[in-house]
Amino acid sequence: MELAEEKLGEHHLDEKEVVDVVVRFAGDSGDGMQLTGANFTEATALYGNDLSTFPDFPAEIRAPVGATFGVSAFQIYFGAEDVTTAGDALDVLVAMNPAALLTNIANLIDGGLIIADSGAFTAKNLTKAKYKNSPLEDGSLDAFRILSINISKQVLAAVEPFGLSHKAALRCKNMWTLGLVMWLFDRDRVPTIENLKAKFADMPEIADANVVALNAGHAYGETAELPAGIHLYKVPKAKVAPGTYRNVTGTTALAWGLIAGSELADINLLFASYPITPASNLLHEMVNRKQFRVNTFQAEDEIAAVCAATGASFAGSLGVTSSSGPGIALKQEGIALAAATELPLVIVNTQRGGPSTGLPTKTEQSDFNMALYGRHSDTPMPVIASTTSVDCFEVAIEAVRIATKYMTPVMLLSDGYLANAAEPWRIPDVDSLQPFPVSHHTDAKDFKPSLRDDKTLARVWAKPGTTGTEHRIGGIERNFETGDISYDPANHQKMTELRAAKIAGIADDIPLQEVCFGNDSGRLAVVGWGSTFGAIHQAVKRACGEGLDVSHIQVRYLSPLPSNLGELLRRFEAVLIPEMNTGQFIRLIRSEFLIDAEGVNKVAGQPFKIGEILAAIHKKLADLEAGESGSAS
Amino acid sequence: MNKQLPVLTLKDFATDQEVRWCPGCGDYAILKTIQKLMPQLQRPRENQVFVSGIGCSSRFPYYMNTYGFHTIHGRAPAIATGIKLANPELDVWVVSGDGDGFSIGGNHMLHVIRRNVNLQILLFNNEIYGLTKGQYSPTSQPGTRSPSSPEGSTDSPLSPCAVALGSGGTFVARSIDTETKHLSAIATRGYAHDGAAFIEILQNCPIYNDGIFEQLKDKKQAPDFRVELAHGQPILFGQENEKGIHLNRESLSLEVIEVADNEDRILVHDEANKVQAQLLAAMAGPKFPVAVGVLYREDKTSFTENNRERIETARSKPGSLKELLHSGHTWEVS
Repeated sequence: MELAEEKLGEHHLDEKEVVDVVVRFAGDSGDGMQLTGANFTEATALYGNDLSTFPDFPAEIRAPVGATFGVSAFQIYFGAEDVTTAGDALDVLVAMNPAALLTNIANLIDGGLIIADSGAFTAKNLTKAKYKNSPLEDGSLDAFRILSINISKQVLAAVEPFGLSHKAALRCKNMWTLGLVMWLFDRDRVPTIENLKAKFADMPEIADANVVALNAGHAYGETAELPAGIHLYKVPKAKVAPGTYRNVTGTTALAWGLIAGSELADINLLFASYPITPASNLLHEMVNRKQFRVNTFQAEDEIAAVCAATGASFAGSLGVTSSSGPGIALKQEGIALAAATELPLVIVNTQRGGPSTGLPTKTEQSDFNMALYGRHSDTPMPVIASTTSVDCFEVAIEAVRIATKYMTPVMLLSDGYLANAAEPWRIPDVDSLQPFPVSHHTDAKDFKPSLRDDKTLARVWAKPGTTGTEHRIGGIERNFETGDISYDPANHQKMTELRAAKIAGIADDIPLQEVCFGNDSGRLAVVGWGSTFGAIHQAVKRACGEGLDVSHIQVRYLSPLPSNLGELLRRFEAVLIPEMNTGQFIRLIRSEFLIDAEGVNKVAGQPFKIGEILAAIHKKLADLEAGESGSAS
Repeated sequence: MNKQLPVLTLKDFATDQEVRWCPGCGDYAILKTIQKLMPQLQRPRENQVFVSGIGCSSRFPYYMNTYGFHTIHGRAPAIATGIKLANPELDVWVVSGDGDGFSIGGNHMLHVIRRNVNLQILLFNNEIYGLTKGQYSPTSQPGTRSPSSPEGSTDSPLSPCAVALGSGGTFVARSIDTETKHLSAIATRGYAHDGAAFIEILQNCPIYNDGIFEQLKDKKQAPDFRVELAHGQPILFGQENEKGIHLNRESLSLEVIEVADNEDRILVHDEANKVQAQLLAAMAGPKFPVAVGVLYREDKTSFTENNRERIETARSKPGSLKELLHSGHTWEVS
């Protein structure tokens, strides 16, 4: 069933100044759209707009040229006010071929701008997109503004002096297009030029050709006679807190958070992983960070990765492993070993659409149940979720803190959207981060591996190499007193209860749940977790702007839940829970607190649109209203 | 390490745990041999780590008064790799069985050998599943009758040493549970090897597969059914060393020949010859004696050494978190 959606107020490109704009670059997977988007993002951040991005690419590495399933897109939403999603509808669509136009045109607002490479609208490419006639010429796009340029021809002319092959010359098309879009929004080309020179340092003529193409596209905007109504736009700078900023994806923020965590814990970190989309980039980022207290291991499979991480933890480092849904499923036995032996371990799950291979490059939140309940036996484990790309940094630090303080595996939930989406980040002052140093046990006197902290219930961590604390641990149930193997019935009961109590006790060591937008009681609370933050935030903000009594609560700690969450939710007449799954978190809320929450569920491989959440808010409030008037009559 | 080590004995390496193997199990003999070997290695007890998977053999760490980790089925090589990555100074021993190491954990076994991770891998091969009560294993002979193969198994067995060689093993050896001196000598050489030392130990299961190695172990029969390899020595066996192994260069295969008048045709064992090692590893009765000893050894940069180099290079200039966070393009908002 398709989710109801409301069209948001649109700023047509009629004025010289617009508050916010959504641009989508779309082309073949070989057209370099991701690189184009990344450079435009950087220029936009430097310009001073707030922004959010959404790289949307196919699972196929190089699909056949011109195929609709090979379209790779990069969407950016930027503006003068706070931006937390990649935008519902497009103001500008860059279509490098007919397939890119076909697959994205439905999202372009009326009056929106299409920039199309007419040179790629050949008979062959039109057929591949199943167009009978060229849509650029048959009047079917009359509702939009069209800038139809033979970009291929323009590029070939611009880079001719470099004597590149026809194919290599055409590869500069994306930079020519970027130059034009940069002119359109008055962006600075210098950082892109620097990036190109760095990227093609070994091939200076390719770097120069790309720079020339970029400048040529820009010059085209400045000098060509453009159709009426297409001109340079001003997007005022956003008002943001002072500080030093950078762009960051969730993957990068998460990697850096793990590194920061290891420094704050004063401990070495082993990152053991097996390649899987969309989690592999985390491994790539960590591999290049061995100058920190980081070592990495590309294991032979998912199981070996979690086991190597657990082995490292046994030896006194912090083991971290990372994967996506199918890989996490394979790791679960290893995770349970870490839980049973009470060793710290961080498991990062960058969720994707499933089940099975599902939609490897698309986002979903459907591993919530697996994170909480996916292990054999009674194996409780803390689970925390990051809400934005930037938030991945803090959440990673928090995962390291909880794992080392409580001697437990911790699962960190991210997703494909957060992993790839970039947003501006006010760089924190690293000196202000609170250290939580780990101390390994070295006292041999009366040592037993079963010693534990009275308050946290954390087991002692004595690492091999320490004199006098030689000991054995393992998967067989351990005696509460001695740590030796035990098949005693009463002991197993006690140990099972101990493991549960230890994890439950973490609730006293995490912040109380706060309301992130709106009042802390009232008519309706929209409660989310993970990457739905952006869309919920904007929808609730707009609803409040309409004078509606709606609040936004975003839960980071999924297990254990914040101790005040139930009490907080009961202060609202109704609770709405949007999730990118068929309703997993909502079952926890309903069963824990006996609250009659209602779900808003989307499993389309795409993030929520603001309009979808807003429509659900309006409907819920209308239902409440109708219920009241119904009972009054 | 110049630290004065306390003088330790076998007793220092025994734990207070009641050993729970069946009476007559070959594992007892192996345990005793390794406990006895420990003080001879002249290494601090706290540096020894025993890691195991699941199965009868995998209870081993509970009985060694060192650091130990009894993990999950088949995964000991992966856990051990993590331990070595975290602390390369530790001496890590993997204790596994034919089911643990070559069935459920076959993938990890071949990769840990391929990577040449500095470990001593003791593979107890009794050609049967013991702890799950007697099902046939990946090394069981065809025709093995078991609860899961009442008509006799039909799967072809694998040879652990042949797989280890095929995986790029740099130290591949075979010994026998009750041959204390031989096993101790092989384990000592394996310990000294810089890389993955793979040692298959033929081990008797008195309950589910009793006597399968009897011909190799029985003092009277052994000379005819096993051959002890020694580097640089002709490969001889038999009650009077009257038989030898000959390499037929035409067919690239081994043959058993009489030594008399054939001394110069007897194959001389060369630990550095991999092709020869494969042929020797595959020798099996009744046509051939079973080879024990070091089948193959080569010097090759170990996983631990490669890793150490990478880390040292990367950390020649320690990272600054602040610099990392400010790397690339940043901008100021005032």
